[in-house]
Amino acid sequence: MSILIDANTKVIVQGMTGTEGRFHAAQMIDYGTNVVAGVTPGRGGQTALDRPIFNTMREAVAETGANASVIFVPARFAADAALEAIEAGLPLVIAITEGIPTLQMMDVYWEAKRCGARLIGPNCPGIITPGQCKIGIMPGHIHRPGKIGVISRSGTLTYEFVNELTLGRYGQTTCVGIGGDPIIGSSFIDLLEMFNADAATEAVVMIGEIGGTGEERAALWIKDNMKKPVIGFVAGRTAPPGKRMGHAGAIIAGGKGTAAEKIAAMQAAGMPVCDRPDQVCELLAQAGIQAQS
Amino acid sequence: MKIHEYQAKQIFSDYGLPLPRGSVVETVDAAVEAATNLGVWPVVVKAQVQVGGRGKAGGVKLARNIDEVRRHAQTILGMNIKGITVKRVLVEQGIEIARELYAGAVIDRAGKCLVIMVSPAGGINIEEVAAATPERILKLRVQPGLGLRAFQIRQAIYFLDLPPETHEVTSRIFKALERVIMDHDASLVEINPLVLTTRDEVLCADAKIDFDDNALALHPAIAALRDENEEDPLESEARHHDLSYIKLDGRIGCLVNGAGLAMSTMDLVKHYGGDPANFLDVGGGADPDRIAAALRIVTADRAVNTILFNIFGGIVRCDRVAEGVLRARERSGIDLPIVMRLVGTNEDKAREILAGTDLIMMPTMSEAAQKAVELSKRGE
Repeated sequence: MSILIDANTKVIVQGMTGTEGRFHAAQMIDYGTNVVAGVTPGRGGQTALDRPIFNTMREAVAETGANASVIFVPARFAADAALEAIEAGLPLVIAITEGIPTLQMMDVYWEAKRCGARLIGPNCPGIITPGQCKIGIMPGHIHRPGKIGVISRSGTLTYEFVNELTLGRYGQTTCVGIGGDPIIGSSFIDLLEMFNADAATEAVVMIGEIGGTGEERAALWIKDNMKKPVIGFVAGRTAPPGKRMGHAGAIIAGGKGTAAEKIAAMQAAGMPVCDRPDQVCELLAQAGIQAQS
Repeated sequence: MKIHEYQAKQIFSDYGLPLPRGSVVETVDAAVEAATNLGVWPVVVKAQVQVGGRGKAGGVKLARNIDEVRRHAQTILGMNIKGITVKRVLVEQGIEIARELYAGAVIDRAGKCLVIMVSPAGGINIEEVAAATPERILKLRVQPGLGLRAFQIRQAIYFLDLPPETHEVTSRIFKALERVIMDHDASLVEINPLVLTTRDEVLCADAKIDFDDNALALHPAIAALRDENEEDPLESEARHHDLSYIKLDGRIGCLVNGAGLAMSTMDLVKHYGGDPANFLDVGGGADPDRIAAALRIVTADRAVNTILFNIFGGIVRCDRVAEGVLRARERSGIDLPIVMRLVGTNEDKAREILAGTDLIMMPTMSEAAQKAVELSKRGE
């Protein structure tokens, strides 16, 4: 069991003929992901990585029966690419692209909601269900199948945690990067709900960072609804207010969104919180979750 | 990206909003001339810096005559406000204030929409109002696709209890808050205070607009408003290299791939008793050329006495990163201790490359941070 993606997921890569798209599509195929097609306007009829390229998403979906897409197209075309994927009826759209204007994402968010599409990202590493399907840019080899769900706003910091988990013999059901932008398609709560309902997931690791109030709202939700342990972490304790720490969404503005507030909210919800990434396995063990053999 | 008050007011004037008369100047003589041309007393001399609290810092002064204009302009021009040297002042007509209101618009991350906010408690920090007396702020949710509706504007006007003769102009102001955001990809617009004068006129006495960095490429005229005087010179240089760098006050220069990991690395340095000199994200791909540029920028800060690399390569080839770091160090000629933590493809090869050098390889992020703190303390 897993959430969002598994061995049956059929993926279209939007922007598969570009440098990034081609490189990561090849990595995904190597991992065993069922990449069925690519879409690049103007390249229809060609092939890339032995997969057909289509001009439009509608065509690609009709020809392949795909049920997910991943977006690698440059920022200025990415919102349009997401809208095209939603219009083509895909239930899952994962936007890797960084740098999409916030107002454009606002439109994409509401359109996804109206059409019932699940949007992940943008500005995220993607999703992986270890051993089954990898959609995104994360290094596949650090993951291992298991019983821990991972949700994170970051990229490499997620890898750091996953690496700790795998070394500590805590495999993962599914790891989801929800993205570092102010407006993202799916929140911590959306993913927590899915992990709560997933029989194979025994505990969740939730990796937050400064900016916004997503962690605080998630902590309140966890307190009232979550049936499984959730281990928390918040990056940016040393971040000064008013400075954007790389991610467009990682900024302490108007005195809100500090690491201290988020950690306090997590603790108030009864969540164990890591001071350092290398404490995660220890806290899982303390929460009664046993490592795999 | 932030802009100055006078630039924001220029944008407001494009929307026909009522503003105090005034002009922006860079010298004392020009300030005197500007005040004379206004032909009214008193006038206000306002420092043009993009930091909050300039009034408290003495950057906003009322002048009743030419001598006072000269004196205030002399004091304010060149004044240092929170690390920024004042290069321009706005000389404006003074206004007789009956009421100070607040009007603003911001992107609501949680609600995924634009929110217009108004309050009768203007002139002070709106966050303080929000914390102490939230009932004194009216928030209007602007549903994407519907836009700000006439009934919402009426709600705002009645909430603020404005005299009927001002309703037309205040409607225009509230509508403009939405337009400024939508037309220019702004992330925040504030009029604080929005003044009702003793003669029942409404004026935008202050103006603040922040823009979405991700959308600046769509608005070259807005991007051109950037004032590099407001930025740390190293931060400007980093921006030209597409690097995300924030200067801090510590001694350990941090070079990390990925923003979340970079923040966590800084947090670990602090956790082990050290002080990070910066935030720096070299990008998830850890490209060797960018690492070289990053090393130059980090070491240009003279306070830095130790370098800490934390690269979670993943797909990135660590041997290339190691070679890149060695080359960059050679070229820049720096001789500071370097602690490296590299994980990813070809990690062993990277270790071989670095084995014959004085670079210190540490296997984990925690151990690398501890080592860097130890070396930094030794270097003090």
